[in-house]
Amino acid sequence: MNAARVGVITFPGSLDDRDAARAVRLAGAEPVSLWHADHDLQGVDAVILPGGFSYGDYLRAGALSRFAPIMDELIPAARAGLPVLGICNGFQVLCEAHLLPGALLPNAGLHFVCRDQRLRIDNADTVWTGEYSEGQEIVVPVKNRDGRYTADPDTLEELESTGRVVARYLDLNPNGSLNDIAGICNEAGNVVGLMPHPEHAVESLTGPSTDGLGFFTSIVKAGLGQVGVG
Amino acid sequence: MARVAVDVMLKPEILDPQGQAIARKLPQMGFTGVTGVRQGKRFELELDGPADEAALEQVRKIAETLLANPVIENFHVQVVDE
Repeated sequence: MNAARVGVITFPGSLDDRDAARAVRLAGAEPVSLWHADHDLQGVDAVILPGGFSYGDYLRAGALSRFAPIMDELIPAARAGLPVLGICNGFQVLCEAHLLPGALLPNAGLHFVCRDQRLRIDNADTVWTGEYSEGQEIVVPVKNRDGRYTADPDTLEELESTGRVVARYLDLNPNGSLNDIAGICNEAGNVVGLMPHPEHAVESLTGPSTDGLGFFTSIVKAGLGQVGVG
Repeated sequence: MARVAVDVMLKPEILDPQGQAIARKLPQMGFTGVTGVRQGKRFELELDGPADEAALEQVRKIAETLLANPVIENFHVQVVDE
């Protein structure tokens, strides 16, 4: 069986594309570099939108990246079932592209926050979280300026009642996210947005834990052929 | 050549910590009687022709697709210079 090919999009201003690619490799998959200005997903089995400050986050976080040429390919592919994980800035891009509901606003405390964060995995049924168990607690870094998840009350209620909150902050809410939300998924569960950074917690030498690796091994174990996209 | 302004504001129900920080500063500066501050953005678009209905329709389209995120923000379009 060939290794799953997981694309990592680099936008101008992406910072964590290399760490994401490294995490993919450590999980046993093949990382594929994708470029924001290309109209080509190179037939990958899944896509990661990494953290950073794409297009400088000018206007709003993720607002300009959402109109990058590669998004013309990614948006219909995601709607058709391609597994997509947006981390931090990638989460912001997915919300701006309306692949995920709600929006990410400047942190309630107005400061950039960088800390090792305890999270609870509340949905272990997505293709990106299948290697975790529901209720499992993990520690991964969180580092953001615009991480306050916000949605209208009806959307929040829908996310909660349908189990679409994927991860929640424990101990301390670093950014004022509603309902302590750290990550959510779309209705189909193939698109996941996560504010904290699992790709920075895949090796004990450099991370607070190796708890983040599960997001990447999950996509390998999910048996990517089944989605029939890419 | 017309100029059209697009004012973008966070929806009233959305927390605006920047506005709150400004509001907290005012009494320290000796200003009284201000009960709240909301911070927004203003864009001014220069047009190569008149601000007729077709041009304004396009500005509204620009506002709702790029300048504002309708999930969290409202916008208002007005002609500044005819």
